[in-house]
Amino acid sequence: MTSLPVGTLDQPAAAGRSRPGEPLLEVTGLCVDYGIGPDAVHAVLDADLALHRGEVLGLAGESGSGKSTFAYAVTRLLRAPGVITGGVVRFHLGQGRDIDLLAADEAQLRRLRWTQVAVVLQSAMHALNPVFSIGDQLGDVLRTHRPDMDRAARRDRAAQLLDMVGITADRLRSYPHELSGGMRQRVMIAMALALEPQLVIMDEPTTALDVVTQREILEELAALRDRLGFAVLFITHDLSLLIEIADSIAIMYGGRIVERARATALFRAPRHPYTLGLLGSFPSLHGPRVHMTGIAGSPPDLRDPPAGCPFHPRCRYVMERCRTELPPLRPPARAGVQDPRVVACWLQDGSVPPPAELARPGPGSGPAPDPGHGPGPGVADGTNEPAADPAGTPADPQGGAA
Amino acid sequence: MTAPGAAPALPVTGTPVLEARSLVKHFPVHRRGRRIQHGAVVHAVDDVSIAVREASITAVVGESGCGKSTLTRMLARLIRPTAGELLLNGSPAARQNAREYAGQVQMVLQDPFASLNLVHTVGYHLARPLRIHGLGPDGTSLDDEVTSLLERVALSPQNVGKYPHELSGGQRQRVAIARALAVRPRVLLADEPVSMLDVSIRLGVLNLLADLRERERLALVYVTHDIASARYLSDTIAVMYAGQIIEQGPSATVTDQPSHPYTQLLLAAAPDPDRPSPPALRGRGAPPSLVSPPAGCRFHPRCPFAMDVCARQAPPTVEVASGHVSACWLHAKDPDPDTPQNPDPDLRSFTPTTARQQDSRPPRGEST
Repeated sequence: MTSLPVGTLDQPAAAGRSRPGEPLLEVTGLCVDYGIGPDAVHAVLDADLALHRGEVLGLAGESGSGKSTFAYAVTRLLRAPGVITGGVVRFHLGQGRDIDLLAADEAQLRRLRWTQVAVVLQSAMHALNPVFSIGDQLGDVLRTHRPDMDRAARRDRAAQLLDMVGITADRLRSYPHELSGGMRQRVMIAMALALEPQLVIMDEPTTALDVVTQREILEELAALRDRLGFAVLFITHDLSLLIEIADSIAIMYGGRIVERARATALFRAPRHPYTLGLLGSFPSLHGPRVHMTGIAGSPPDLRDPPAGCPFHPRCRYVMERCRTELPPLRPPARAGVQDPRVVACWLQDGSVPPPAELARPGPGSGPAPDPGHGPGPGVADGTNEPAADPAGTPADPQGGAA
Repeated sequence: MTAPGAAPALPVTGTPVLEARSLVKHFPVHRRGRRIQHGAVVHAVDDVSIAVREASITAVVGESGCGKSTLTRMLARLIRPTAGELLLNGSPAARQNAREYAGQVQMVLQDPFASLNLVHTVGYHLARPLRIHGLGPDGTSLDDEVTSLLERVALSPQNVGKYPHELSGGQRQRVAIARALAVRPRVLLADEPVSMLDVSIRLGVLNLLADLRERERLALVYVTHDIASARYLSDTIAVMYAGQIIEQGPSATVTDQPSHPYTQLLLAAAPDPDRPSPPALRGRGAPPSLVSPPAGCRFHPRCPFAMDVCARQAPPTVEVASGHVSACWLHAKDPDPDTPQNPDPDLRSFTPTTARQQDSRPPRGEST
């Protein structure tokens, strides 16, 4: 694994964070195929990622970029025809012990799942069993993993869990169809946190929800994370949301991680043309309305991936080399010491000067340039940028978890 | 280059191409296929008036269940309003038969994977409306028209023989737009046209809609839950809550100076990477049941500024700035309802009481 401790930055805001640094999950060279043999589709290719205790790591990409497959492979929840063809997923249990999740047997996984690693899926509607009450389903988790708890204790704990996500205990008797979409997703979060895991993997947890509900759930999640200290792997296609809530972000494209950086650095100073294009795909809520173009073309067909860089057919800055040679994921040539980030792009290896929009100074190195969005009404302008790291100040409930 | 929505300000005079006056849609409440409780209805849309003009884009923004799709379906005459009037080019739409109306007002649906027929080619999809509306030259091939349609939505004519599964999501949505354009409509209703598409190709489709507005002088209604894209694309934004339009005005004004507490809430909750600190949500909770919506202002149970009057009487629609209206007592000149001083019949409030009285009559058009 390229040693890139994404969470151990000496940014001002990161200093106030609880227990930064210590790695929790290290993924190295993960490869996942769908199918076997020459027809296999390479859904995840050579993915490296590190997640630290208490960190929120965002994984962003379009449909088919491999972000969900990545999560399923890491948790060993991948079903056939998905096949993990390579890599190491090291999960740190603390006190220097760790376990390779890809080599673990079922018994080891069972001990780890839910108690250490929990998953919240996108569709709470389908993840909850329609014929059992919420209380029964929460109780099921406890009965399986905490056999010493008696019925009354399970019920108390279930009520406590619901209360934690802002649902009153009388809802224990409700069935999933009696709850709104937001409440169902809250139940899913409560269930994931039932055994206080160290890592919660969330796959598009709020995508199907309205913005107000989404924001409420994210706030609750932030507060819970501050209290319980779990790390989150947050998977979504909504990069604008991720920049607000994540500490660091990895961008996936065509099955590969193409850029990984602190959220602020990624937003203020993207280094990969795809990241730049993705950022330019979200219209701003403030400032002058400028014409935006998104990204030309469509995501690659993984059955027939392009040679060289997977993004080259859509890239504005494509060079001859991009068509044949795959750029490695490594620190950009001009990265500062304070800017530990990696990018897979030939523009950033120092052989050519990158275009200005891919060479903006990062937030750690002097005042950040305004990326074309003026400050909105009542919003402080960008000059206090280093302090506005989404990692958040300790006092701020959202920025922390988020 | 300016944003699509930042096109030159259009005169707000002249007859709107499509105008809805006090549209109401109540759906009877069913249980196990039978109507229960005479008069129990879902107030999906209540007293909504909206006018769209040539070469303009109107965005209808709201959360799920706010009635924006019901409104769009009424504008497309796919469902019949419980009450209210629809005017096409100033004359009542009810006088026109469905095909004439469809020749003027077309719709693009959310999911291009579902709205195209899997067993037919792109060419078939585009030629069909031409044949049905008798627009093709008699007895000759429609190839030229189909090719030109594809070009109008920036698709290569080589796609004509392809089936929907051979196209990407963005291409499919372009085919759906081309099909809507085939009859040369004057109004295009786009119901969440990009929400099923990948993020990186959404802007391409939105920019196409903006082009069509300019090139073909289409009146566009863009229905969305994404207020940022509404700000980007549209001239006017109408914000809906619980079946009513609660704020309406020029896009930049509505998003920069929202005057209704609900619009403020929507904007605070929307993702925004520029935000230096987490937003403060004022007005948490969920929209009300539309079977028995709250009396007075429908937002008052959630509203951080709720006053006594808000629970008693529906707010008037107040002009807070030129062309910018807000249905909120905070902006009323005299927020005391006991001295009614707003005699303007156009601003009459639609209370749940009158709704129930109206609905005790047999519903029209529901049996079909």
